[in-house]
Amino acid sequence: MPHNTVSVAVPRHRVLPRFLASVTALAIAAIGLPVKVAASADGADDSADTRLTIAVSQTIDTWNPFVTPYLLSTSVNRLVYHFLTTYDPETDEVIGALAEDWEVSADERTWTYHIRQDLEWSDGEPVTAHDAAFTFTTIMEEETAAIANGDQVENFDRVTAVDDHTLEIEIDEPQVIMEHLSVPIVPEHVWSGQEDFGELPEVDGSAYPIIGSGPFELVEYETENFARLEANDGYWREEGPNFDEIVLEWFADKDAEIEALRAGDVDFVEGLAPAQVEALREEPNIEVNDGIGRRWEGFTINPGAETTGGEPVGDGHPALTDETLRQAIMYAIDKDQVVERSYGGHAIPAEGYIPERYADYHWVPDDDTRIDHDPEHANAMLDDAGYELGDDGVRVSPNGDPLELRMHVHADDPRRVTTGEHMEEWLADIGIDVAGHYVDPGQIGEQLDAGEYDLIFTGWSVNPDPSPVLNIHRCDTRPDEPGGDRSSDSWFCDEEYDDLYDQQIAEYDEDRRVELVAEMQEILYTSAVVNVIAYSNSLEAYRTDRVAGMQPQPDPGGQLWGQDGYWSWLTAEPVTAHEQQRTSPTMLAGIGAAVLVVLVGIGLLMWRRRAATMEDRE
Amino acid sequence: MRETAPSASAAADESGGGRVLRAARYVAGRVVSALVSLFAVMVTGFFLFRLLPGDPVRAMTGDQPIGAEQIAAMRREFGLDQPLWQQFLDYCLNVLRFDLGDSFLYRAPVAELIAERLWATILLAGTATVIAAILGLWLGAHSGWRNGERVDRINTGIALTLWSVPTFWLGLLLITVFAGGLGPLPSMFPTRGMGGTDTVGMLPTVLDVAHHMVLPVTTMVAVIYAQYLMIMRSSLLDEKGNDYLLTARAKGLRDALVRRQHAVPNALLPTVTLIFLNLGQVVAGSILVETVFSWPGLGRLFYEGLAVPDLPLVQGMFLFFSASVILMNLLADLVYPVLDPRVRG
Repeated sequence: MPHNTVSVAVPRHRVLPRFLASVTALAIAAIGLPVKVAASADGADDSADTRLTIAVSQTIDTWNPFVTPYLLSTSVNRLVYHFLTTYDPETDEVIGALAEDWEVSADERTWTYHIRQDLEWSDGEPVTAHDAAFTFTTIMEEETAAIANGDQVENFDRVTAVDDHTLEIEIDEPQVIMEHLSVPIVPEHVWSGQEDFGELPEVDGSAYPIIGSGPFELVEYETENFARLEANDGYWREEGPNFDEIVLEWFADKDAEIEALRAGDVDFVEGLAPAQVEALREEPNIEVNDGIGRRWEGFTINPGAETTGGEPVGDGHPALTDETLRQAIMYAIDKDQVVERSYGGHAIPAEGYIPERYADYHWVPDDDTRIDHDPEHANAMLDDAGYELGDDGVRVSPNGDPLELRMHVHADDPRRVTTGEHMEEWLADIGIDVAGHYVDPGQIGEQLDAGEYDLIFTGWSVNPDPSPVLNIHRCDTRPDEPGGDRSSDSWFCDEEYDDLYDQQIAEYDEDRRVELVAEMQEILYTSAVVNVIAYSNSLEAYRTDRVAGMQPQPDPGGQLWGQDGYWSWLTAEPVTAHEQQRTSPTMLAGIGAAVLVVLVGIGLLMWRRRAATMEDRE
Repeated sequence: MRETAPSASAAADESGGGRVLRAARYVAGRVVSALVSLFAVMVTGFFLFRLLPGDPVRAMTGDQPIGAEQIAAMRREFGLDQPLWQQFLDYCLNVLRFDLGDSFLYRAPVAELIAERLWATILLAGTATVIAAILGLWLGAHSGWRNGERVDRINTGIALTLWSVPTFWLGLLLITVFAGGLGPLPSMFPTRGMGGTDTVGMLPTVLDVAHHMVLPVTTMVAVIYAQYLMIMRSSLLDEKGNDYLLTARAKGLRDALVRRQHAVPNALLPTVTLIFLNLGQVVAGSILVETVFSWPGLGRLFYEGLAVPDLPLVQGMFLFFSASVILMNLLADLVYPVLDPRVRG
């Protein structure tokens, strides 16, 4: 009996080591062979496509241009579709895109766009005025198709294709937005049979390739894993495209993106934190772009939230309806310090609502209206206005309410968190006790909806046409009833502001419009409800051994990712020497992998031997 | 024999029939309790995620200044303008038809999204769990057998250290060293994902995926194998003092044989439950590894869904995760009697 067991047991004794041996063998295959595969692929690359790989991290919902509001998908859609117009990266002037030129009738209510001749969709069909008319009409008629761009056609009366190359849009009231329509024009022959405009149309059971008229065509997509864009061969602009392919790879972690850039797995990363930028500056073959951005960061103060009918909403601190108190808060904030400490210097201290990047509309307060960092002045203002300092260092309003305020800050943005922490200290210096709530962005939205906040952080990316970001502080963007839908970002309401808004949107004279927008910014600035702290830069980095020639917007000094146009990716050129530099790390990798495998093998062998001898000893 | 002892044979038949009946009752009992759990999960899932802060429509328009009318249109499209009871009823009816609804965010059926990413997670987490279980059980058996000796101390020391290491940190460390390349060390492994976008052919694809798997699987194994090691070790310790081992030794068996043939099989029993439970959690458990390695699996999908919150997606996935845990529990319950005669009795 014992003999039997022994004879069975001996093979069993070998089972585990054998398994481990096969795992090791698999590991060798896994590590070693792909290196060879990669190497041979590199060898074939000489004749193959040039590819630009971009690391991205934002969520997107869909590529459907009718519904997606996300920054990433709208940015990529600018490579796939054309608007009627776009912007010159050097002068910021409106220039033709799908439309070569355009004119407005004498009554300022009919706009005629001349669509370029000889344009083709990426499937070879001609691009005509009918496609544009179809796009706008669909947005006007289908509720779902209006989700992303419905506000742009609100004032449209009728859109017609007079002939293949003439598009006519009749509007109810004159509006400047007609030169700034950021509506992707889609091909009618692909979309016309679509029943649900929330979905992408499918051809032969697949939504890809997505047919467009832009410099690239989206040919493949795996949900938030990767997307592949191929150059549109028939593209008409001379500047490009120069890469055969652009691949977007999704990263869930920013630090992993940086490693991928260092390793050469990706060629471009965006949305970097200041510390990451500093680390990358030392790396060979990597260039950092500290581009002047189109975004402002700041916070709003609850001005006493009300519905459009005047019904109070939420529980904002009653004293905050006082403009003096709000201004005093702004005197306490040191914007230079915010730029230095929160943004590592990669931002500009802000005043006007429209960032410096849009030089025309950017407004700077004069000496009389300017609110500079001056806590002493803030204290004096509050003393004069009857906010008496209590024994506990907290002021009490003339109505007897202690100045104890809540402040809601997005916990997922370290720059905002740092800013918030500093604000707590600065406001304590002028006798205001601020309790910071560093919370999920979802909760920020809820507090804002409910009007249950005192100070709340916000920030917006601004387009060349300032109307959309000015719109979100008009009176009637507040809800009609508590809990109703709002698009207001601040519960701000000022009749003069609304008047100016209506004037500027109908003002075809550029200089006059700049004046009107400046007045609106002054109202926002002095009322201190919507407070802009900094214009943040766009921090990006790319591999100089892979890609060159990307045109920033604005040029010079602007950003490469998230432009108003498509200039950076249109002009990006492959660096020809890159194949050579790519092969050698691969070979090194092979050697490294082999060494690792040998080491692991030796380790396992020794382990086995040792285990065996120990067993024998017993 | 049968002819001479008919009564004994009849008795055997009867007890066989009784056993079948008992077994059927046992199985039915387990299945019913699994169904009850599933129902509870279905109801919980619906209300749980509605407690999350955040308005999905608001979150999905966050990047753009969008008008109130467009917001209202989205609300109608997602059915969020309906009263809660109506939403709940629709959800229940849909689930009964095996329809998990459409994701708000991705505008695609939830079942399709899960199917698209399921195998990536199973591949990653399944491989890691199997390797971790084998490694853990093997090392645990040795540790338990040589309780207190140097082998044991080193083994448990390493395992517990790795167990305590944050997954995210370990993953990033591996990326920095082996994917980014550190000092003289070249970049050996990819930094993200499951495979290149342009690998053609069966074998290169398999190898490419295997290449991409090395770092995430290593991370996951390193972090989870300790639990198998510790359970195996402690249950072997429990067995160690038993009389049957003394008997086995008295029979003259070698020490290693006593361990393998007698102690380990008995000590395996509690571990089986653990393995099954972990298999159920495999889909949910890899979220951190998937995040740091940008692995296109379910964990990341769930994470993205929670941030919105994409209600149909997260409640669908919650139901799916829970169902897999319940199913694995059920399997463990059913397999246990086969492994352990005492439970069968």
